[in-house]
Amino acid sequence: MIPDLCAYALRLGDDALVLAQRLVEWSSRAPALEEDIALSNIALDLLGQARSLLGYAGEVEGAGRGDDDLAYLRPEGEFTNCLLVEQPNGDFAATMARQLFFSTYQLALYRRLVNSADETLAAVAAKAAKEVDYHRDHATGWTLRLGDGTEESHRRMQAAVDQLWPFTLELLAPDGLTDRLAAAGVAVDPSSLRAEWDAHVEAVLAEATLTRPADGWQPGGGRQGRHTEHLGYLLAEMQHLHRSHPGARW
Amino acid sequence: MSETASPLWEVFVRAKRGLSHNHVGSLHAADAQSALHNARDVYTRRQEGVSIWVVPAGAITASSPDEKDPFFAPAADKVYRHPTFYEVPEGAGHL
Repeated sequence: MIPDLCAYALRLGDDALVLAQRLVEWSSRAPALEEDIALSNIALDLLGQARSLLGYAGEVEGAGRGDDDLAYLRPEGEFTNCLLVEQPNGDFAATMARQLFFSTYQLALYRRLVNSADETLAAVAAKAAKEVDYHRDHATGWTLRLGDGTEESHRRMQAAVDQLWPFTLELLAPDGLTDRLAAAGVAVDPSSLRAEWDAHVEAVLAEATLTRPADGWQPGGGRQGRHTEHLGYLLAEMQHLHRSHPGARW
Repeated sequence: MSETASPLWEVFVRAKRGLSHNHVGSLHAADAQSALHNARDVYTRRQEGVSIWVVPAGAITASSPDEKDPFFAPAADKVYRHPTFYEVPEGAGHL
């Protein structure tokens, strides 16, 4: 039974780690050279956040696990990322929709986490907020261009928004862990981000001439280690090298 | 991507301790905001600068290599134009 603080840092770190792994799949395949670098930069930012958070989680746990151990040796059922970040990249519109939804949440979260009673979390949040500000900007810009673009780009962007919308509700859902830690001033209650998330996302969708989908089906379970079928494949690829050569050094 | 949909932009970056923006390269982008973001991603990854200018390549008028002689050669002979002959007086401070 890991301590609450460790679980919380893992949760934040897992979100960043899985999304970084997804974004890196675009490397050498993005629509344009400049976008290839942009996506890689975003992935590296997220990877940096994941390292800090996973490293801290291992420290708090005190069982001798470092960031590598946590990233490469945990099975699927122990990952606590949200379902949104493990969804496949799809086309570029789907990648940008996922980024818009996630970065809007992450920015709102980090901006409040800087006031955490836990100094390490506050420090990570302070640095990460600046990075994520740019990620959100980048995704917003593309959503506007694609949504309010050609007939094809609009169709793809709307399809992406429709497909990923159900996964956004899990981002802002509180649970026992966030309730306990928020009461202690350590964590941010995800439901407190609802107003800011709605405001930004709805404004962007409106300006992009996209329709905000209705709230309906709400998949969840990522925080409890119950994932969609996609995470297994992602982890297999990510963990394969480390598991094949345990203890190897470059 | 076609040239009309994604034209060329020239990128100028000013370093933290610099006074002027220097040309660092070029990139393709659909519009000015996108060009600025791309420049930030491509040309400031290693802390190269604190300020970026992007200019559509088509807006730049450049001197032609064929005109090199009439444009630049005469200046080489005119030593009286070169600021190398005077001595800065004592106590003149920063010039």
